[in-house]
Amino acid sequence: MSGSLLVASTVDDAVEKLAAGARAVAGGTDLVVGARQGKAPLPESLVAIHRLEELRRVHEDDGESLRLGALVTHAELAAHPLVRSRLTALADACAIVGSHSTRAFGTIGGNLMNASPAMETGGPLLCFDSTVMLRSVSGIRALAIDELLAGPGQTTAAPDELLEEVKVPRVPEGTGSSYVRLEYRRQMEIAVVGATAVVRIEAGQVTDARVAITALSPTIRRVGEAEAALLGTDGGSEALRSAARAIAAAARPISDVRASADYRSAMAAVIGRRAIEVACGRADGEQIPVPASAVFSGGVG
Amino acid sequence: MKVAATLNVNGIAYPVEIDPHASLLHTIRDQVGLTGAKEGCDDSECGACMVLLDGQPVNSCSYLALQAEGREVTTIEGLAPPGELNRLQQAFLEHGGVQCGFCTPGMLISATALLQRSEAPTEDEVRIALAGNLCRCTGYEGIVKAVLAVAGNGGPS
Repeated sequence: MSGSLLVASTVDDAVEKLAAGARAVAGGTDLVVGARQGKAPLPESLVAIHRLEELRRVHEDDGESLRLGALVTHAELAAHPLVRSRLTALADACAIVGSHSTRAFGTIGGNLMNASPAMETGGPLLCFDSTVMLRSVSGIRALAIDELLAGPGQTTAAPDELLEEVKVPRVPEGTGSSYVRLEYRRQMEIAVVGATAVVRIEAGQVTDARVAITALSPTIRRVGEAEAALLGTDGGSEALRSAARAIAAAARPISDVRASADYRSAMAAVIGRRAIEVACGRADGEQIPVPASAVFSGGVG
Repeated sequence: MKVAATLNVNGIAYPVEIDPHASLLHTIRDQVGLTGAKEGCDDSECGACMVLLDGQPVNSCSYLALQAEGREVTTIEGLAPPGELNRLQQAFLEHGGVQCGFCTPGMLISATALLQRSEAPTEDEVRIALAGNLCRCTGYEGIVKAVLAVAGNGGPS
């Protein structure tokens, strides 16, 4: 082993190091663990960003968007009252990442930039129309989540760009959301299949629907056909059945150590339907605990 | 090239000289000289290496030692004064939560972190919190009982 590691004390400091070829490390729960597992060696030159306090905050912009600093951890997001009440799908997702140590050190910025098609937070952030702010020595640019995620382990961010924060616009009243994953165990699990649903119900009718699939295609993506199947309906069993069919039809899964492609496709309909059911229930004011996945796997932890 | 750093472990500042990519676990074991935290899988699956960093549980095998500089590390050796056991450690003995002992430091650290954020966790919450700590001997029953015995009964110390 050799290499270097510099601990950045300001964001400017960090982006200068990135411009000079260093790569960022925060909680290390993907980068360092990946190196230990032999996926990819640690980058020779690292810049540690864990001391950048300005990236650790969750704040509200004039009661409108929520701005999540890149270093906010899964544990902090899962416990945050505004995230739980308004962005419940994101709380569902953050509450089931890894184990309590992963959630204490793993960050929202790291989860996104690692760009796993099985990441928990991507579906919720995509369905909530989130934007990431990327900073480099030449300035800041904003990218929508679907423009950021390019493929398994790949983003469209340049190597010298630092994800600074994620902006999530205000979710209208009457909206319920959920993220549900198929899991073989309740902790230290990676989604076999995951689905996000964000549903707005007004006067008994679905007036907005967002559905995204996780671990079912090269990137997390929305399923327009499933959204169309829900729109204008009462969110009843007929609508759920056709949305679930649309989700299964959109799935392009791989076979790997966790599941075969056929099994994933079959389960896409089941998990998608569960996510929509929970989102509709929450939109109707039903109290369904976070994380929603635990409701289907034997307890709430 | 090795760099000089200072790690605060169990309230004591230790000067260390380490590779910039060295893990916190190897630095604690090889340089600080505290061997309570164990290397099991070395890739964050088993939890045997778990320590507290500023009070939060971290798998020290997969955390870079230099990122722990300026922060407080607590290892199993720091849970009670030398030669003594705290209530949680005592409960592990009483309830059969220890067999070979290899997972025990990580289990105790993990349970300590749980009891710090939740005074009276349910059995389900205990099992969820300890899910990142693998034990191949006990079948977990004694461990869960030990944590529950201390929870809601005055805490770990």
